[in-house]
Amino acid sequence: MATAVGAFGGADHAASKSGVWSWITTVDHKRIGILYGVTAVTFFLIGGFEALLIRLQLAEAESTLIAAGLFNQLFTMHALTMIFLAIMPLGAAFFNFIVPLQIGARDVAFPRLNALSYWLFLFGALLLNSSFIFGGAPDVGWFAYANLTALEYSPSSAVDFFALGMLVLGVSSLAAALNFIITILNLRAPGMTLMRMPVFTWMTLVVSFLLVFALPILTVGLVQLLFWREFGMPFFSAEAGADPLLWQHIFWLFGHPEVYILILPAMGIVSEILPTYSRKPLFGYSTVVFAGVAIGFMGFAVWAHHMFTVGLGSIALAAFSASTMLIAVPTGIKIFNWIATLWGGSIQFTTAMLFALGFVALFVIGGLSGVMHASPPVDTQQQDTYFVVAHLHYVLFGGSIMGLFGGIYYWFPKMTGRLLSEGWGKLHFWLMFIGMNVTFGPMHLVGIDGMPRRINTYDESMGWELLNQIETVGAFIIALSVAVFLVNFFKSVKSGEPAGDDPWDGRTLEWSISSPPPEYNFARIPVVHSNEPFWDQKHPELKHDAPPVIAGGADGEAEESIHMPNPSYWPIVVGFGTALAAGLVIVNPWLASIGAVIGLLGIYGWVFEPAGPEHH
Amino acid sequence: MAEQELHPAQAHESAHPSPAKYILIATYLTLITIFEVLIYYVDALQDYFLWIFLVLSAVKFYYVAMFYMHLKFDARIFKTLFIFGLVLATFIMAALLLLFSIII
Amino acid sequence: MTTNTTAHESHLATTTGLDHRKLLMWLFLASECLFFGSLIATFLLYKDASVVGPQPHEILNIPVTSTSTFVLLTSSLAMVLALAAVQRNDVVSARFWIFATAFLGATFLGFQVYEFYEFVIHGLTPKTNVFGASFFTLTGFHGAHVTVGVIWLMSLFFYSFRHGLPAERSLDVELCGLYWHFVDIVWVVIFTVVYLIGSLEPAAT
Repeated sequence: MATAVGAFGGADHAASKSGVWSWITTVDHKRIGILYGVTAVTFFLIGGFEALLIRLQLAEAESTLIAAGLFNQLFTMHALTMIFLAIMPLGAAFFNFIVPLQIGARDVAFPRLNALSYWLFLFGALLLNSSFIFGGAPDVGWFAYANLTALEYSPSSAVDFFALGMLVLGVSSLAAALNFIITILNLRAPGMTLMRMPVFTWMTLVVSFLLVFALPILTVGLVQLLFWREFGMPFFSAEAGADPLLWQHIFWLFGHPEVYILILPAMGIVSEILPTYSRKPLFGYSTVVFAGVAIGFMGFAVWAHHMFTVGLGSIALAAFSASTMLIAVPTGIKIFNWIATLWGGSIQFTTAMLFALGFVALFVIGGLSGVMHASPPVDTQQQDTYFVVAHLHYVLFGGSIMGLFGGIYYWFPKMTGRLLSEGWGKLHFWLMFIGMNVTFGPMHLVGIDGMPRRINTYDESMGWELLNQIETVGAFIIALSVAVFLVNFFKSVKSGEPAGDDPWDGRTLEWSISSPPPEYNFARIPVVHSNEPFWDQKHPELKHDAPPVIAGGADGEAEESIHMPNPSYWPIVVGFGTALAAGLVIVNPWLASIGAVIGLLGIYGWVFEPAGPEHH
Repeated sequence: MAEQELHPAQAHESAHPSPAKYILIATYLTLITIFEVLIYYVDALQDYFLWIFLVLSAVKFYYVAMFYMHLKFDARIFKTLFIFGLVLATFIMAALLLLFSIII
Repeated sequence: MTTNTTAHESHLATTTGLDHRKLLMWLFLASECLFFGSLIATFLLYKDASVVGPQPHEILNIPVTSTSTFVLLTSSLAMVLALAAVQRNDVVSARFWIFATAFLGATFLGFQVYEFYEFVIHGLTPKTNVFGASFFTLTGFHGAHVTVGVIWLMSLFFYSFRHGLPAERSLDVELCGLYWHFVDIVWVVIFTVVYLIGSLEPAAT
């Protein structure tokens, strides 16, 4: 590309490679990915801490350890934190770091927009959590049903923090999703057609499309919620003729695609890990891709299955029941493909592989309990019981979290140049796998027995105490496993075994460059002839028709002739202004203009910032 | 999402319509709007209003999107993306109205 | 809209042969379809659900709105003529048509302010009933989009005096145009759904 750039480029970005300022102003997708990852793991710990408090309270019948009001805040913030501040941004961390490497790009399509996404995420997350200090966190459940959110039932600012924090996080996710779609469509290396993209990149594309089409719907709902509370516009007031059910529809129109937004990145990661450690191509690549696309499409047609008990009428029940059962089909296809990938492979049981296998096993359990809810009569029995809690944790913990941890073990060497310790890693896996089943397995039983979710305590005579105690023990086993992970992480970052460029004998382009990759990723943009370009390059003997391929190595353009975008501090200014405006709305809508002015000045500076060294 | 986007879309620039064509379309749009307002005051057509208005506004929508926004001449991926959003939004609106039994 | 980054980026060969920014704009507009779709759906659900008046047919003023609709449609014509002028490298006409577009957009906003003011006088505020809440939210967000468009157009207008509007930068104007036309077709839908259909008296049941 930038052959005409001249020698300025190299000097310019060499000047700012370390220090806090370089992280604040970075527009490098790899650094932004690391920022996302570190922030997400931090919030994962906070959300986990909230979960431990919940489990401590429930370990004993009629416990008074945690007051009912605080308990409501804890389960609400646990859900919001895990979904929006841990799992989604952990997915975004991998999108950022890995996708450009997998498609042979030097950065994302809009590097500064990418930085803005991160800062909006961070400030939105801080705004949401600052509610703990300012009068109490949201306590209405993560789906915040009307009319519980009415001013008369939730008089504190907690619900406003929920709505505004989610709006900021939504803008962040929307910007990131737009950016990734353009990146994937427009910055693929020569020869990388859509059907040659790695499955993880494919799933990123599907997730991004889901975000682009689902988030505006949530935005409308949140705006209505906010206008209702702040300005008294009767959007969900039944006495004014409004229908509070509208909130549920709008929320789940977003909320169900959101479920796939949480699981598809993990499915993509697993589809990378299984072939690598089976030393076999993914079985039925195109089927896995199309199943992912189908899940994305159908994700918009099943939302009302969250609302089977509100009285939708029999036609709606039948329709949504059928569509829900149908969506199990592409999911099942993927599982068979993963199992068939293992079949006959020479399997290496690395930590990443264990997490991927754990994902498949636990996700099957969660999927089975999920498809049970597709039947309205069964769902009516299970609605709002711990059975649902068991189901959603098998898919979100057993599924998403296991998959994402697999991704951490798999790509950590690429990100840092060092290996995570396999010994500690396997301890981490087994503790987490056992802890997860001990925690969430018994929830099926108490749920079937009728224990309601979101209740801060229960009567001793219900006979749920023993199972709840077991669950609490399980939760602490999970906490221990996370501690093991942290030890492993910090030890390995400092003194882990050097990884080399390609520790796993990988199949996709990210393994063809050094670990950690240089700022410009590829000295020469590779040319792609198959969907496993790096594997085919390393093993030409296995493929007769493929021409000898790519070279990612150092023999490309000279480093200083590659033009990378300059760092910029405008993204953090715009992000801060936006979040400040949102936060000030709670104090006084007029005060929000202070934040808006900062944001606008940031946009002005952004637009007129000279970006390239060729424009002095 | 097929392989369509791999066709480089360089050649379309010259195919943009002329200003005269733009003015002609503006005339259509104005006439349709006047027509809509006139029909609005014809009580005899009241039973058909819904469909008449929907069709007429769809025609206006089509002209602006296809000619003013150049969808007719531009790369197909733009059309695909936009129509996907449009169809999904329409589907969701229709589904919500059905669920609340406003239309059947 | 006019950064050097993007000027640089547009020189890059992209996989699809399409500019990043144009793809971004279309994708954003696709996303906006869902945003306005949800607002319109809320309006349709709520327009006849109010417990207290004023009801839609008592207050919506078709002649005034038809005029403002005509103004907005005309602004779209000015917008395409502006783009055509930029592509011919005719900076004087381009400037004129850009200003005309912004002026017509501002006129439309004036109509909207007048309409809102009239409604408040006649007892319809956003708090009055569910029709008012959903009506003001839908048309208010549309008006906010028009406002952003006017600011964008005026930025281009002033920018053209300092740096000109050469044909190779026509994408800057084209993107603004896409946004503007989208806001226009959203209004085509709103005019039909909210004003023409919305103001019909609900059939007695």
